[in-house]
Amino acid sequence: MHSKRLLLALFLQLCFSIFFSSFAHATGSAEGYPISGRVKIPSLGTKEFGLPGKVSNVKVILNGGQRVTFLRPDGYFSFHNVTAGTHLIEVAAIGYFFSPVRVDVSARNPGKIHAALTENRRGLSEFVLEPLRDEIYYEIREPFSVMSIVKSPMGLMMGFMLLVVFVMPKLMENMDPEEMRRAQEEMRNQGVPSLASLLPGAGGGSSS
Amino acid sequence: MAIRALLALLLFLSSSHFSFSIYEDQVGLMDWHQHYIGKVKHAVFHTQKTGRKRVLVSTEENVLASLDLRHGEIFWRHVLGTNDVINGLDIALGKYVITLSSDGSILRAWNLPDGQMVWESFLPGSKASKSILNIPKNLKADRDDLILVFGNGCLHAVSSIDGEILWKKDFAGESIDVQHLIQSPHDDIIYVAGFSGSSKVFVHQFKAKNGDLLKHNDAELPCGTFGELLSVSYDMLVILDDIRSKIVTINIKEGDINYNQKYISELIGDSSGQAIILPSKLPGIFALNLDSHVILLKLTNEGELVVVDKINNVAAISDALSISEGRHAFAFVQHGDSKVHYNVKDVNANDLNGDFVKESVVIDNQRGHIQKIFINNYVRTDRSQGFRALMVMEDHSLILVQQGEIVWSREDGLAAVVDVIASELPVEKDGVSVAKVEQNLFEWLKGHVLKLKGTLMIASPEDLAAIQAMRLKSSEKSKMTRDHNGFRKLLIVLTRAGKVLALHTGDGHVVWSVLLRNLRKSEACDHPVGINIYQWQVPHHHALDENPSVLVVGQCGSSLAGPVVLSFIDAYRGMELNALSLSHTIAQVIPLPYTDSKEQRLHLIIDADQKAHLYPRTPEAVEILQQGFSNVYWYSVEVDNGIIRGHALKSNCIGEVVDEYCFVFRNLWSVVFPSESEKIIATVTRKSNEVVHTQAKVMADQDVMYKYISSNLLFVANVAPKASGEIGTATPEEAWLVVYIIDTVTGRILHRMTHQCCQGPVHAVFSENWVVYHYFNLRAHRYEMSVVEVYDQSRADNKDVWKLILGKHNLTSPVSSYSRPEVIAKSQSYFFTHSVKAMEVTSTVKGITSQQLLIGTIGDQVLALDKRYLDPRRTLNPSQAEKEEGIIPLTDSLPIISQSYITHSIKVEGLRRIMTVPAKLESTSLVFAYGVDLFFTRIAPSRTYDSLTEDFSYALLLITIVALVAAIFVTWVLSERKELQEKWR
Repeated sequence: MHSKRLLLALFLQLCFSIFFSSFAHATGSAEGYPISGRVKIPSLGTKEFGLPGKVSNVKVILNGGQRVTFLRPDGYFSFHNVTAGTHLIEVAAIGYFFSPVRVDVSARNPGKIHAALTENRRGLSEFVLEPLRDEIYYEIREPFSVMSIVKSPMGLMMGFMLLVVFVMPKLMENMDPEEMRRAQEEMRNQGVPSLASLLPGAGGGSSS
Repeated sequence: MAIRALLALLLFLSSSHFSFSIYEDQVGLMDWHQHYIGKVKHAVFHTQKTGRKRVLVSTEENVLASLDLRHGEIFWRHVLGTNDVINGLDIALGKYVITLSSDGSILRAWNLPDGQMVWESFLPGSKASKSILNIPKNLKADRDDLILVFGNGCLHAVSSIDGEILWKKDFAGESIDVQHLIQSPHDDIIYVAGFSGSSKVFVHQFKAKNGDLLKHNDAELPCGTFGELLSVSYDMLVILDDIRSKIVTINIKEGDINYNQKYISELIGDSSGQAIILPSKLPGIFALNLDSHVILLKLTNEGELVVVDKINNVAAISDALSISEGRHAFAFVQHGDSKVHYNVKDVNANDLNGDFVKESVVIDNQRGHIQKIFINNYVRTDRSQGFRALMVMEDHSLILVQQGEIVWSREDGLAAVVDVIASELPVEKDGVSVAKVEQNLFEWLKGHVLKLKGTLMIASPEDLAAIQAMRLKSSEKSKMTRDHNGFRKLLIVLTRAGKVLALHTGDGHVVWSVLLRNLRKSEACDHPVGINIYQWQVPHHHALDENPSVLVVGQCGSSLAGPVVLSFIDAYRGMELNALSLSHTIAQVIPLPYTDSKEQRLHLIIDADQKAHLYPRTPEAVEILQQGFSNVYWYSVEVDNGIIRGHALKSNCIGEVVDEYCFVFRNLWSVVFPSESEKIIATVTRKSNEVVHTQAKVMADQDVMYKYISSNLLFVANVAPKASGEIGTATPEEAWLVVYIIDTVTGRILHRMTHQCCQGPVHAVFSENWVVYHYFNLRAHRYEMSVVEVYDQSRADNKDVWKLILGKHNLTSPVSSYSRPEVIAKSQSYFFTHSVKAMEVTSTVKGITSQQLLIGTIGDQVLALDKRYLDPRRTLNPSQAEKEEGIIPLTDSLPIISQSYITHSIKVEGLRRIMTVPAKLESTSLVFAYGVDLFFTRIAPSRTYDSLTEDFSYALLLITIVALVAAIFVTWVLSERKELQEKWR
């Protein structure tokens, strides 16, 4: 009967802690105290990649694996019989990044709990853990764009070719015809094979 | 200039992502993930007429799972904490799965369809005791269905709707040992039966509604007892006496205790063996194991014992299953020559001749004996009773048998992997024929056109599905031959059950499996354990026609005194080549850097009596060892005493029997840590097969630092004894972490550093000249990671160019482990968010590729973190030159980039270790992570710079070339025409 009353008291206190945003007190036995809290994940099931978001796959871990517990449908979790001292609580949920939480269980003030996020040293007035950010594990495929083709090695090759085909003649035009002739003369002397001579058959006769 | 700009642009494009990341549609291309549950302890069937048929299981890996009874797939699964051992499993209200765990102190209810936890109840208690979960049928208190739990010396009645504790009875004050909770079928009374002392039986009667004690009785038995009480029916208990010659039946009707004794010899004649009562729950009868027979005894209403049946070679007996009003069936299995016979019988039939089912099934003998059997019934189409049996095998696999056939099987031994090594596949003998290629050319082109459509985003949904299917099941992946890039290998895995399996890295299928004879339970050894697996023979030069083989080292019992067992297994065929049971013990196995003419690697096994034994035991091996006799060094760590010793071989063993393969050794040095202030918690060395590409590191200012690279370095992490427990047990003032880097040849301490206010657990990796370790900082209350890099200072003056030219440098002088070079260590620490379960570093074949740390986080994911983030030369504001060198500005914590999780959106449940193997392609490293699940992938820490990526579009390349050629012709024709016109003018 005593335990029932105890549980009732606990429940009441839990309610208080929610409604008046006071802190979760807890009564405990001689050896340890319970730690209770809540994990709140916004917009469950509306994730793009579907997989995460199920509360049933969320684990709450005390002190790097010493104890593991799971969430109730409403997001509450609790550890029982935790000794006084400073502890670490981590939340493992696929798709979300949670900061570990430093939890001080006071020995002097039985069952008084103080919690703070270790990532940004923010104290928690209420023991409600929310993800700091969503985790996206995949690169997002960029939609098809002309730029992506242009940026690819083949695109660059093509671009370079086009540049040579269309811009170079323009450059040639601007050259002094006198100089151009001299350069061509020089080239002919050196015997640079023309494109036509490279192509057998069709171009062979005309170039000579 | 233009080309240079172009190149720069190209470089920029290729280096814009330096973290590992994949697209969602690439999942499954180079990775695979397998789900397991482990060896089943309890199983409860849930087969109602409507809905999916499932079986709920709890396992030795603390997994609770719901399996599909048709295919054996997992509907849902939860991996409980390592200390949260499941003691009991049942179904309440037809919709909740109830588990009792942590020695009877945590009771949880899970929603049957989806596995969501509904409620959790903590049942406090003060005394360790047996834990019992009992969900009585039709027992209500205030409209609640009751769950009765006994654990930690307390009896609790818990409401099954919300987990509220309705009443509680504490037995801790009385020195009693509760063994049974029995529900009376007629009224709402619960009997609690057990022993106080060894021979006093007691029975308490409680009212189920409110826990009122109705009656309390005890009686002294005339003899001591052996084993546990077995409840045969609601008012009858049986137990053996202390010399196991008599069966004591105890009648607890109405709370009065009456007992009867009967000699076993009176029932079945004389026998020599020791009797054991089997714990199967069968109404009215019980099973006695004697001389490898099982005798079924019936307790009549008058309290008489009658022998019902005697069965030979019984492997397992199931509990009784209620099939209709008052009728119960049970099953037992017998091992035949090549088949397994299983019988389902009616418990209530008088002579047990009325078999329901008598079937035989062929089960692969690599699965070993059947250890447990659970049965379930169904109504066949002809309205007769059918039975399905779930069998747990010796190799921890799970088999469902129905109508004499195996419906499905699960290789759940893979949930408990002990050790892994990678082995090469055979070389392809005949090249692929040309005809085959031509035949596939059209297919190949079609595939690429589809792919091109995919890239250009003009593919229809069907096309997309076809592309994905094509990519996933490319036959290239799971071929049984070596490939050019070295991606295809065999992962040879040793499981806790003593089974060795070879997994193909392409898709993870089991290539072969073998249950090792000397790792099975036998008369010689009651509890053998497999310890490690080593490469025994890797033929590549001399003995090319031989198959590679691996060595499995095991031990009898887990203590140091257990004798060694060795097994040699052919890595291609999966045959056990040789098995040895040795007389000496094992403390350490040292693979030596020598191989004999058959490419067998020499191994030294150090035993607990300070002797070293050489394997293989051939004269040739001794000869080879003699050549390098003075160069064999090793170290041993005595964690309890806080001592690390260095050893070297001395001479042959001196004893009555001459054994030339046995050596004694001497202690070279010892490092003794002060036991009052330091306790060893982690030691790490470099991987013996690691390759270092360059010894020098060029700094931004054209300066050179020489890495101190020695394969004989040991990293040791010590913590304060007070802070050696879990987080939360020590205050910052009484905690410190001391790390050492020790040379294991000379015992010299190269580096020592103290981190105040820090404690374990420490996870570390040692590679090249650096160590990275992860620990907990109590003051900041965050995890930290530190890096220590060791540089050789004595060679620092070699960087003078003139000296190099004049040949006055000592670069070519041999490096000796005896020399005492001047070293400097650089170190830096960073915060890291998560707890770590395992840590590893990528390894590549030549060591050119930059390295990544692979961190197994507490969320069972594997994160790849570039080594550049852990560089002691990071500063807040790196200079331009340093930035060009790739130094990242210093931040106080290491970044966690979610795209660099190599496990992407999946969890490797129960992650324990990560292993990396170099592929033949320099840029790529193969990663295998295991725990309850297995996960394999390949990663390229600096992108695949030496090969085209998988999604490279050959079709686009072809089209480009065709377009270019066409353009050439068109422009040529045009220019010809223009020239002609010029000439005509």
